[in-house]
Amino acid sequence: MAKNDLISGSIWDEYSDQVVNRMNNPQHQGEITEERAKELNAKLIIADFGAESCGDAVRLYWAVDEATDKILESKFKSFGCGTAIASSDVMAELCVGKTVDEAIKITNIDVEKALRDNPDTPAVPPQKMHCSVMAYDVIKKAASQYKGVDMESFEEEEIVCECARVSLATIKEVIKINDLKTVEEITDYTKAGAFCKSCIKPGGHEEKDIYLVDILKDTRASMDEEKLKDAADASASGELTFDKMTLVQRIKAIDSVLDEDIRPMLVMDGGNMEIIDIKENLPHYDLYIRYLGACSGCASGSTGTLYAIESILKQKIDENLRVLPI
Amino acid sequence: MMEVYLDNNATTMVDPLVFEQMKPFFCETYGNPNSLHRFGAGTHPKMMEALDYLYTGINADDEDDIIITSNATESINTVIKGVWVDEILNGNKNHIVTSEVEHPAVTAACRFLESQGVSITYLPVNENGVIEANTVKENIKDDTALVSIMWANNETGKLFPIEEIGKICKEANVLFHSDATQAIGKVPVDVQKANLDFMSFSAHKFHGPKGVGGTYIKKGVKLTPLLHGGEQMGGKRAGTVDVASMVGMGYAMHLATNEMALAYEDNHVRKLRDRLESAILELPETLVIGGTENRTPNTTLISIRGVEGESMLWDLNQKGIGASTGSACASEDLEANPVMNAFGSDSELAHTGVRFSLSRFNTQEQIDYAIEVIVNAVKRLRNLSSSYAYAPKSHESGL
Repeated sequence: MAKNDLISGSIWDEYSDQVVNRMNNPQHQGEITEERAKELNAKLIIADFGAESCGDAVRLYWAVDEATDKILESKFKSFGCGTAIASSDVMAELCVGKTVDEAIKITNIDVEKALRDNPDTPAVPPQKMHCSVMAYDVIKKAASQYKGVDMESFEEEEIVCECARVSLATIKEVIKINDLKTVEEITDYTKAGAFCKSCIKPGGHEEKDIYLVDILKDTRASMDEEKLKDAADASASGELTFDKMTLVQRIKAIDSVLDEDIRPMLVMDGGNMEIIDIKENLPHYDLYIRYLGACSGCASGSTGTLYAIESILKQKIDENLRVLPI
Repeated sequence: MMEVYLDNNATTMVDPLVFEQMKPFFCETYGNPNSLHRFGAGTHPKMMEALDYLYTGINADDEDDIIITSNATESINTVIKGVWVDEILNGNKNHIVTSEVEHPAVTAACRFLESQGVSITYLPVNENGVIEANTVKENIKDDTALVSIMWANNETGKLFPIEEIGKICKEANVLFHSDATQAIGKVPVDVQKANLDFMSFSAHKFHGPKGVGGTYIKKGVKLTPLLHGGEQMGGKRAGTVDVASMVGMGYAMHLATNEMALAYEDNHVRKLRDRLESAILELPETLVIGGTENRTPNTTLISIRGVEGESMLWDLNQKGIGASTGSACASEDLEANPVMNAFGSDSELAHTGVRFSLSRFNTQEQIDYAIEVIVNAVKRLRNLSSSYAYAPKSHESGL
C-alpha cells in the first residue's frame, strides 16, 4: 500500500484512447456470411470461445483463401466488457492479411500492445489484462478448426499465467535457481500473478488447471527431495560433509563414532551415554547428550571426559560440534 | 447532454437544504461542542435539534442512545466487535448469525471474528433474494450472541422480514442488529416495532453528507465502545463530533423520513422506478433479479441478456447516465458481488445485472431520457454480442 493505492481509481481511467475508441466504435465487429465467403472464394471459419456465464464470450469469423492459407477477412462478435470488445476488435484486425500459421503467433500480449497509445503505457489496468487472453484463445480455436487439429497442439508449453504468458517450466526454473519461498517472490521475478491474479490460488476470477501456490509447494518439495538424494549419493560415495547431512545421517555419523571410539571407554568404567538431540546453532552444532550408569554423576562428565568426547567428535565429524550434557 | 444520476444506493446528492443547515458550522459557529465558552456552546441547540430528528426518524425512545459515528461501517464494527467483547470474550457465547448478502462491513467484520475463533453462520437467501425469518430461528443456538441482518438489500432493494426476526430474537433472548443503511428514507424504519437492540445507518444514503453515520443502541443494552478516548457521546464514541455533519445528518433524516417524504418515495419515486423498469422489461429477454415483490421503491436490478454489465455502464456513462452493476468485470478485484453470487455465480445473471437506484430528485423527463439511452445501448451491445446474436428470438425482434 502506498499513496497511489489509497484511493481506488476508476478502472476506466486506465483505458487507453484506443480501447475507448474501439469500444465506442469497433471497426471489425459483425459477421461473415456464407455468401460473402463464396464471393471471396474462401473457406468460412466460425470459432466460439468462452461463455456468457463466464462473463466473456467471443465469436471469430475468418474468410480464408485455401490456396495460400491467407485470412482475407476477419470479423468478431463479443459478449464482454470494454476491454474484451476492444481486444476482439484489434485481434480481428491483426488477423487480416496473415496466413493462418502467422495468425496463431498473435498472442494476447500483441493484442494489448496494439491497443497502447504509447509503447510504455499499458492499454488496460492490470486486472483487465486477462480480457485480452480470450482474443488469443479464439484465434487458436479458429486455426484448429481450419486445420482440423486439436487446439492444444498450438501450445508448445503449458502456460500458467495467461495474462503475462509465463510457462510452468519458467516458473519452476525461477523458483529453483533463486530459491524462492513465496508466491510474491514468484510474481516479482516473473510477473506471473501480477495481473488478474487468477493463477495465484483457487477462487480467483478464472478457474485454472494449476496454481502458483501448488507449483511453489511441489517445486519446493522436489527441491527438498533432490537435496536428500544428493545427501544419500554423497554419503554412498563417502563425500558427505556434516553440514550437508540430514538429521538422521548426522545422528548415525555421531553414533558410529561414539560406538567405535568413545562408548568402549565409558563401558569399561560401568557407564554409557545417549544422544538426546542435535540443534543447529550456526556456525555451531550443539549435541545434547545424557550420561548413563556410572557416568551420570561422575565429576569428570563435565570436565575431562566431556573434553575428550568433544575433541574426538570435532576431529572425526566436524570442528563446529559442541557437546552439551544435560 | 442531460445528466441522470441513477446510482442512489451507492450514494446520494446532498440535499441543498441540508447543505444550508451545515454551512454555519464551518466558519461561524466552529467551536468545540465540549468547550466552556460560547463558541462551543453555540453548537448545542442545533446538535440537540439534530438528535430530535434522528430519534423521531427511527422512532427511538429518549432513553435509548443514538451514537454519532463517521459512517455505517464504523457503526457496524462498533456493534459486532462490541458484542464480541461483551458476550463472547467476557461472556459464554460464541456464535453469530448473519446473511450471505450483507454489506462487506458486516461480512468482513464477521470473517475477522471467525479468525479469532468465533463461529459464524451465513444464511443464504431464497430464490427471491430474501432471508426467511424461519431460517434465522432454525440457526439460533444456545451460544448465539448476535443476529445481524440487513433491513434492505443494496443490490436488489429486497426488504427482509426485520419485524419477524426481531420477535424471534426477543423470544430467544439473543441480541439483534440490523444494518438499515439502504432502508432509511425509503421505507418506514421503527426500531421499537422491530425489537432491535442495535441499528446502523449512514447519512449519505438519504441525501445527507458523507462521513457521518449513526448507531442505535437500545436502553440498558451494554456495548463496549470501538473508539476509546474523550468523553464525547457519553463515553460511547470518543472523538470530537463533526458538528456540521451531525447537523446535516439530522436535517437529512427529517427531510427523508417525515410522513410526506415517505409517501412521496412510495408514490412518486416508485412510479418513476416502475416506469423505467417496465420500459426495460418490454425488451425481450430481460428480467428483474429477485422479482418485483417487496422492495424499496427506488431500486431495480435488471438482467439484460446478451449485455455484459460493464459494457452497459460504459454506454450509459457516455450519455450522462450513472448506474451500477454487480458484474465481476466492473469491480476493482474482479470479484463478483456476493448478492450476485447468491443467485448463482456461474449464472449469466451475475454478468448481466444492471442496478438503477432512483431518488426524490429524479424527474420523469430524466427517466424518459434514460429509457431512450438504455434501449439504444441494448440495441448496440446486443448487435455486438456473440452470445445474443444467435439466440433465436433476437432475429425476429431485431434487438
